[in-house]
Amino acid sequence: MSDITKQSLSELVENIKNKKISSSEVTKAFIERSEKSKELNAYITEDYSNALNKAKQFDEKPNLDLKLPGIPMAVKDLFCTKDIRTTAGSKILNNFVPTYESTVTQNIWNEGAILMGKLNCDEFAMGSSNETSFFGNVQNPIDKNLVPGGSSGGSSSAVAAQLTPITIGTDTGGSIRQPASFTGTVGLKPTYGSCSRYGIVAFASSLDQAGPMAQNVKDCALLQEVISSYDEKDSTSIDFKRNDYSKELTKDIKGKKIGIPKEYRVDGMPKEIEDLWKKGIEYAKDCGAEIIDISLPHTNYALPTYYIVAPAEASSNLARYDGVKYGFRAEGENLIDMYEKTRSEGFGAEVQRRIMIGTYVLSSGYYDAYYLKAQKVRKLIKNDFDDAYEKVDAILTPSTPSSAFKIGEKTNDPVSMYLNDIFTVPVNLAGLPGISIPAGHDAKGYPLGLQIIGKAFDEQNILNIAYAMEEKINFKNNITDWWIK
Amino acid sequence: MSIDLKTIKHISKLSRISVDEKKAEKLAGDLNSIFDFIEKLNELKTDNVEPLTSVAETTLKLRSDEVKSKNLREQVIKNSPKENEDYFVVPKVIE
Repeated sequence: MSDITKQSLSELVENIKNKKISSSEVTKAFIERSEKSKELNAYITEDYSNALNKAKQFDEKPNLDLKLPGIPMAVKDLFCTKDIRTTAGSKILNNFVPTYESTVTQNIWNEGAILMGKLNCDEFAMGSSNETSFFGNVQNPIDKNLVPGGSSGGSSSAVAAQLTPITIGTDTGGSIRQPASFTGTVGLKPTYGSCSRYGIVAFASSLDQAGPMAQNVKDCALLQEVISSYDEKDSTSIDFKRNDYSKELTKDIKGKKIGIPKEYRVDGMPKEIEDLWKKGIEYAKDCGAEIIDISLPHTNYALPTYYIVAPAEASSNLARYDGVKYGFRAEGENLIDMYEKTRSEGFGAEVQRRIMIGTYVLSSGYYDAYYLKAQKVRKLIKNDFDDAYEKVDAILTPSTPSSAFKIGEKTNDPVSMYLNDIFTVPVNLAGLPGISIPAGHDAKGYPLGLQIIGKAFDEQNILNIAYAMEEKINFKNNITDWWIK
Repeated sequence: MSIDLKTIKHISKLSRISVDEKKAEKLAGDLNSIFDFIEKLNELKTDNVEPLTSVAETTLKLRSDEVKSKNLREQVIKNSPKENEDYFVVPKVIE
């Protein structure tokens, strides 16, 4: 079967369950395509021979009751995988081989999936274009020299290019939804506390969440069902009743109230984004939803708040990289010199910048003015959403203020890079679930996404809305395989 | 506000990241433009707002204090850049 890699996750699962194809055939097909796609630079570490062995083992004794029976997949290199190098896109973890497995990836293997490799990402997930990775830029399969978004850029590129049927990313300020939007794929950031953070390289612990990335909403729902679990190893994991998201998926969203926040009409937003949003509103109406204008008055303060809270938490999380216990070490004249050289040589420019911001806002004399202030504004942002959800069931916005940009276009201007996350960051600050679905193209033919934001723990509802709208939108990704010679 | 080179040197010391003159100047420029952007928060009055420390509205669960994983010494030391038997090795601290 030559078109194996074109099949969606749901099709592959069905075909394996019906014994039309074997796990080995599927695994081989995705590995072959990944091998031909090295120019995309989506992988940091390949684990192909282990994957083929595991597929063979699966075929010898197939357990077809599992949710991901013998399905090969590559995952973002921010998830610790036992005995497989995990770098977080950083030189400082270049040689780090975890002795334990993250809960989210363990959940995936427990359902029968097979690891193919680890996918490129911005260093410590700090970036919106995958350009901060120690392992180099990732190409967007949509067009040459176009960024795939970030930080889950290797993940979005690999799913769009069909190097893996599905994948997982992490999202601290938009790192799943923005790359999904840039590559014409679907990405879900779950409610804070839905997926365990155990074994995920930490960036900003009050914001980080793992989530699924896929070619369509149904696949996304299935993977979310697998990865979401209560975990006592993560003290912020929440014990709530989780749905069987894929089984309960329905296109019937008649009467659902969808809010349109006027503050998301930002200055300088391209007309094509505005038009896409209007089209999205029409699609939602066609599906039977009721559209209601709402206000999220503190939207404009979300990015400045995020750029205090996230670097503050990062500076404290990244204090562990000291060249002693694991990772890269630069020799120094004494202990302090060793620390300073290790961190200066081991971290890239963006990570150093964020550690410095975080250290400054937490330092004596500035804590109240910056960090405490940001936590207060964060409360106001959350209150905005709480108020809105008195009136609506979900909120519809664009995913990003523009389509994908060229590699190198924004690297010299950190603030313009940060503005990419203007529509996604408020969702992380409030701990809510949000999904990005592809909804159209701009004049250059690059994909554009719409975001549906839900109430806390209401993943099922936004998945349903996305599922209904997906059918109306009928998006087709235009991938020409330009990188395959 | 403006972050000068002296402040950059101070933060770099607190962060344990060595910074030379050239890097310090670049960082000062970057941080100033980022803080100009952050200053926007001062438009808001927040005197009576409770700071939000966690979005997870849940109380931490209690658990019994018992050892669940044992004999991890080898695993713990495995990724160390320099070790001697069961110890991490660092540059000499006491003269």
